[in-house]
Amino acid sequence: MTKMEKTSAFSRRALLKAGGALVVSIGMPVGLDTVLGVNAAYAQGARPPLVPNELASYIAVNADGTVSAFFGKMDMGHGLFVAIGQMVAEELDVKFNDVKVIMGDTATSVNQGGASGSTGVQLGGKQMRMAAAEARRVLVEMAAAKHALPADQLAVTDGSVHAKADPSKKASYAELIGGRYFNVQLDWNKEIGNLLYAPGKAKPKPYTEHKIVGQPIKRADVAPKVFCQEDFCTDVKVPGMMHGRMIRPPAAGSEPVKVDEASIKDIPGARVVWQKGFLGVVAEREWDAIQAAEKLKVEWSPSSVAFPGTAGLYDHIRAAPVRKRELGANVGNVDDAFKTAARVIEAEYEWPFQSHASMGPACALVEIKDGKVTCWSGSQKTHFVRDGVAAILKVPTEDVRTIWVVGPGSYGRNDAGDAAMDAAVLAQAVGRPVRVQYMREQGTGWDPKGPASIHRARAALDASGNVVAYDFVSKGFSRIDVLMNESNPADTLAGHLLGVPLRVNDGFGVPAEAYVFEHKRSAWETIPPLLDRASPLRSAHLRDPVGPQIHFASESFIDEVAAALNLDPIEFRLRHIKEPRDIAIIRAAAEKAKWETRASPRRDQRGEVVSGRGIAYCQRNGTRVAVIAEVEVNRTTGNIRARKFTVAHDCGQIINPDGLKLCIEGNIVQGVSRTLWEEVQFDKQAVTTIDWLTYPILDITEAPETIDVVLINHPEVGPSGAGEPSIRPVAAAIANAIYDATGVRIRRVPFSPDRVKAAMA
Amino acid sequence: MNQRFSLNVNGTAHAVEADPDMPLLYALRNDVGLNNPHFGCGLAQCGACTVHLDGQPIRSCITPVSAVGDGKIVTLAGLGTPEKPHPLQTAYVEEQVPQCGYCINGWIMTAAAFLKEKKKPTEAEIKDALSGLKCRCGTHMAILRAVKRAAEMMG
Ligand code: FES
Ligand code: FES
Repeated sequence: MTKMEKTSAFSRRALLKAGGALVVSIGMPVGLDTVLGVNAAYAQGARPPLVPNELASYIAVNADGTVSAFFGKMDMGHGLFVAIGQMVAEELDVKFNDVKVIMGDTATSVNQGGASGSTGVQLGGKQMRMAAAEARRVLVEMAAAKHALPADQLAVTDGSVHAKADPSKKASYAELIGGRYFNVQLDWNKEIGNLLYAPGKAKPKPYTEHKIVGQPIKRADVAPKVFCQEDFCTDVKVPGMMHGRMIRPPAAGSEPVKVDEASIKDIPGARVVWQKGFLGVVAEREWDAIQAAEKLKVEWSPSSVAFPGTAGLYDHIRAAPVRKRELGANVGNVDDAFKTAARVIEAEYEWPFQSHASMGPACALVEIKDGKVTCWSGSQKTHFVRDGVAAILKVPTEDVRTIWVVGPGSYGRNDAGDAAMDAAVLAQAVGRPVRVQYMREQGTGWDPKGPASIHRARAALDASGNVVAYDFVSKGFSRIDVLMNESNPADTLAGHLLGVPLRVNDGFGVPAEAYVFEHKRSAWETIPPLLDRASPLRSAHLRDPVGPQIHFASESFIDEVAAALNLDPIEFRLRHIKEPRDIAIIRAAAEKAKWETRASPRRDQRGEVVSGRGIAYCQRNGTRVAVIAEVEVNRTTGNIRARKFTVAHDCGQIINPDGLKLCIEGNIVQGVSRTLWEEVQFDKQAVTTIDWLTYPILDITEAPETIDVVLINHPEVGPSGAGEPSIRPVAAAIANAIYDATGVRIRRVPFSPDRVKAAMA
Repeated sequence: MNQRFSLNVNGTAHAVEADPDMPLLYALRNDVGLNNPHFGCGLAQCGACTVHLDGQPIRSCITPVSAVGDGKIVTLAGLGTPEKPHPLQTAYVEEQVPQCGYCINGWIMTAAAFLKEKKKPTEAEIKDALSGLKCRCGTHMAILRAVKRAAEMMG
């Protein structure tokens, strides 16, 4: 930096202090910028405060001209950071490889909501795109000032601004601002989280000019992962760190009444941390902590909890009082239409609690040093972890930093946030950094669960067989018994165990589709949680929260109506859809799968193994998906082979087609797993599915043989989400294919061999 | 009572003092400093902790450190490097297999031992050999593509 610039920067800061933030853009008659020089106005040496309305909170140009993009969301393995890098590079006109996306560190990014609701590109990317566009605008103006040329006579190539007429007149981003920070304010909508939006004055490029967006760029994190050069959050260690393990009650609702510390006195360095219901151990060595957790003698209070048990689950839901009812669609007069119906078709569907069952049980590390707390976590929402840790430790939020390090799998509000809170409590109690990893039975037995539910659907037909009315209601546990993030101790196990009761939140959902019926109603009803604190059956967001359950029911039912009318399932759907993108997505799947128009079931098969095909379709926040499943059913064993899937996917603008395909494959496979195998089981007081034997997931020998993906690109509408929509229709597509093969309708998930066999008997 | 063990890991001897019953996994992760075998279940149900012991894939989460003797342990880090990658590592990068990546260790180590024994396996043979390993993210399609690709590379 030259002396002159330093002085200007200094005066600028002084001015800012005195007069508040003001950046005057070039072209105003006599502005501050003209006095100080535009460079001094737009660039400064010190990083401005990390707040949503500062451009510097999102984009920085480093001294070497590379760009850092600070992102307040993170990648759960779909290559989101690649997509964000593409969007930022595109808007800034720099090389893709010159952008580094830095995710989920509360010290470098603002709270953009973490990984949440497939909004990484849709909302997070939108903000990064606007920030990058604004950064480019400002850089071009700085170059314009330098060369005394109007901005519209300049172009940018690979991070270098040059005159269109004379490319020798140029200034690189590095020369213009490298190593300093933007001093540019954005127009922030005052939201934090997913809804945060803070555009500048710049408009992003029209999609017709995109060169980097839309390219199948590979993830740069795969090589370091296979060569063991990258840490997971389970691998982070700090000096002086102890290992912690938690001890959960054998019966939900029990609390420790007597803890015999002498029972672990032989284990070197092992210590007990017992505060109210919170019970954990720490030791210098991990194996010692595990041993201590196993050997510690604890007397538990009797539990008065009486869960309905797996067998009583659906009766419990049916009989439970409704806490909250909310309407979705409400067109015409459904009740009257049913009164005059010539024929009514009705069905009820059931979906169990399901576990995140992440590949590894959650892990977190907390260090408290000189009053500052640092937490390393694999949570999807590190900014909210920061708030939660601050609250449970009773320290100011500014004193907590949470660093996201990729965790052992994450599909929503899993056990990661709970682990961070446990580690914080343990670290504070023992005055040393503590790393906690749960044991398998805690990961599967005590993670927040995807809610169980029942779904009732009715259709009213007139005398000529037209559907005149449609009525759909879901009743189940809330998807937000504990909220989707861990910012409040009331939403965490540690909070509950330390005496903060659950504050129940009500939320469910309604089918997302475009069917038009003269009278149409959809609604949801939530019921009270089974236990008001520290429940192994507390329900929360699990990938595509409540989407799989709702659309299993709604898309199975549409098929039931089509079958009752002896109509081809696609033909029936298309009769009731007017939206062009929805029609297109169903047609695309049908064409790719070579769908043969006929009603279900097929009746031409003999023998032990029969096959069938089924379709399901849905929307999700702007995205449309149609899935066709082709299955084989073994009529003797009840075994289902989901052999082939054809997926048509429209998420608006495609940022990275290869990454998108892989993301869709993962959705389908996980969807098959949840449909065929997954069910949390429990007795009167405890969850009994606690490992991979009792909570089986899809094996590679059962994986589909083929997943054909058709991507429909709509760059003109901008990107919507892709992380979850395609898991939504999987269960219904399989159920409909089973019906097509056998004429038997399975209305309860999972379609385990026993259940299928029983249904066919 | 802790005992002293000498572990031969990726060609280097490491002295470890530990409870003889402690699973090898913890010695590798915490004493030898190799992070790539992961804790997934501790129950021999998922494969995340897989290493080779004298060329055979074993689940280090249930193998007591005292049972290793002077057997040669190879971990994913010892299987190949960016300069000299194992074909499976190359194929994994090419196929962009992982989602979270926590399961990589189990699949690659198991597949590496299998492909050493079995040349030109069929798809069904590959699936059988990998049966029982878990990938919660559901990357099975890509895993299979990568193993097939590596099998081709290995002739
Ligand atoms: S951790 Fe060893 S098999 Fe799961
Ligand atoms: S990639 Fe996440 S468990 Fe396999």
